[in-house]
Amino acid sequence: MSKDTPFHKPNIHIAGENALIIYFAEKASSEVSAKVQQAEQLIRQAMTDDLAVDIIDLIPSYASILVVFNLLSTDHHQVRNKLRLLLHSLNDNPKTNDDSNKSSVVELPVYYATESGPDLVVIAKRNKLSVEQVIEIHQSKEYRVYAIGFAPGFAYLGEVDQRIASPRLSTPRMKVPKGAVAIADKQTAVYPNVSPGGWNIIGLCPVDMFDITAAPIMPVKVGDKVKFKAIDKDEFLSLGGQLPEEFSKLALGKSS
Amino acid sequence: MSFSTGFLVKQPGMLSLVQDAGRFGFFNIGLTNGGPIDLDAFQWANRLCANELNATVIEISIGGLALIAQLDITIAVTGANMSLTINSHKKELWRSYHVKAGDIVALGFASQGVRSYLAVAGGFAIQESFGSTATVCREVVGGLAGDKLKTGDILPCVSQIRKTNLVLSESLRPKYSNEVVLHTVPSYQQKHFSSHQQRLFFSSEYKVSKNFDRMGYRLTGQKISADIDGVLSEGICHGAVQIPADGQPIVLINDRQTIGGYPKIGAVSSVDTAKLGQLNQGCKVRFEPISMEQAHNYFYLNLSHLNRIKLKVCD
Repeated sequence: MSKDTPFHKPNIHIAGENALIIYFAEKASSEVSAKVQQAEQLIRQAMTDDLAVDIIDLIPSYASILVVFNLLSTDHHQVRNKLRLLLHSLNDNPKTNDDSNKSSVVELPVYYATESGPDLVVIAKRNKLSVEQVIEIHQSKEYRVYAIGFAPGFAYLGEVDQRIASPRLSTPRMKVPKGAVAIADKQTAVYPNVSPGGWNIIGLCPVDMFDITAAPIMPVKVGDKVKFKAIDKDEFLSLGGQLPEEFSKLALGKSS
Repeated sequence: MSFSTGFLVKQPGMLSLVQDAGRFGFFNIGLTNGGPIDLDAFQWANRLCANELNATVIEISIGGLALIAQLDITIAVTGANMSLTINSHKKELWRSYHVKAGDIVALGFASQGVRSYLAVAGGFAIQESFGSTATVCREVVGGLAGDKLKTGDILPCVSQIRKTNLVLSESLRPKYSNEVVLHTVPSYQQKHFSSHQQRLFFSSEYKVSKNFDRMGYRLTGQKISADIDGVLSEGICHGAVQIPADGQPIVLINDRQTIGGYPKIGAVSSVDTAKLGQLNQGCKVRFEPISMEQAHNYFYLNLSHLNRIKLKVCD
């Protein structure tokens, strides 16, 4: 069996005393991610019904789902059996390979500019592109949400075009601003809050990626599609975006 | 500005945090569970105050917390052996006391154990975020504005004096030692560690490094290597033992990141992560492999032991 193809049947492994992990494949792909998304939906549905007490939480990711169960109400044999049954209906579901229409596409506005994206120039130079081309390439694709983690609301999106893929900074920044749109290797993301980080920043997004007061709290979930759309500075500011002060200095330093 | 009353933080200590049993149901948006590192000591503090087991308490790491009571209430402190004083009079841990408005409750620094738990009758009345009051500073979630306690903070609660004070008999109190065996279920990428590497891992002694916190315990000792550098980022469960490229194990606990891509050799049982969380730099641990069934038995034996113990009325 090739490593790129999903397992014929998902494998259920032990993770910890109260956790199992379902593996769908060894490599990430949009097809595998679609399976993960569908399996998550099936398990969540069961969590509103006969697994309500037994399953505490799920962590979907690139090619796996961690299932945390309640040791006070069940054991790993029972959970494994119930998961197998649920995943069986996943395998039987003809829609599995054709869900591209079911994922919602979330459009996120981005103010791409050297003053909002201090690493744009470096990426352009490295790949012998113009800054405008980097911006064009980044917004030309729909990205899939493969995983959420690292920090609350941090969504791993993939995959960016090889022409703008960029290694992480050798020295991470102490402070990446909220809303920073960034690239690391073939992944891209929007920083939901101020945090340290080593991704290459190419712009700023004025939309809150993690807002406790909003419903839903995050505009995206695993399996969704994201499309970036360039906006100008005025629009960015009118949507509530803010240019961090230290950023303009950073950009100057980089381009000199 | 809040006008609530309860306890005024006179001195916050090294790291004092509002905690309930933890936040569950939000792993998928990247929120970790938080909650008490030593679940047993946390539950004893609540039992001594005749509370629900999940009531909100203060977890004090290392020590140095001082509070001024603004009302009359029953309190209890359990866990690491920090010296407890009320108005400078020495008091016992693992016992409840009545304090009156104006009393100063202070904790010294622990010589055995790292974390202690201060509970009040009825629990601290803290606004829940995402269904829990547990503070995770890294996420700026829970507790008082997502942060550790600071001088001048008010910890709101409602005056409640229990009719009797309770004590856990000395012989039944946990003993915090400098050596702990971590019962570990082999799991995750276990098969990517050769049988030789696994034998080394389960037969070597490790020391707690200076890098230990509520996210995880970094250990030093026998280097372990996997035949892979990493895996696709995947969900990390409580107690997971991550082996990064330097071969030094990290046991990930309450405030761990929810996903990660380092190879993991297994996961430590929750009974033992509670013990690990009471260890300081230089303390020793050893990993012992157990099956999932043994892990369940171990969990249930610990639970039934705790449930069997009756507290005594002391005054």
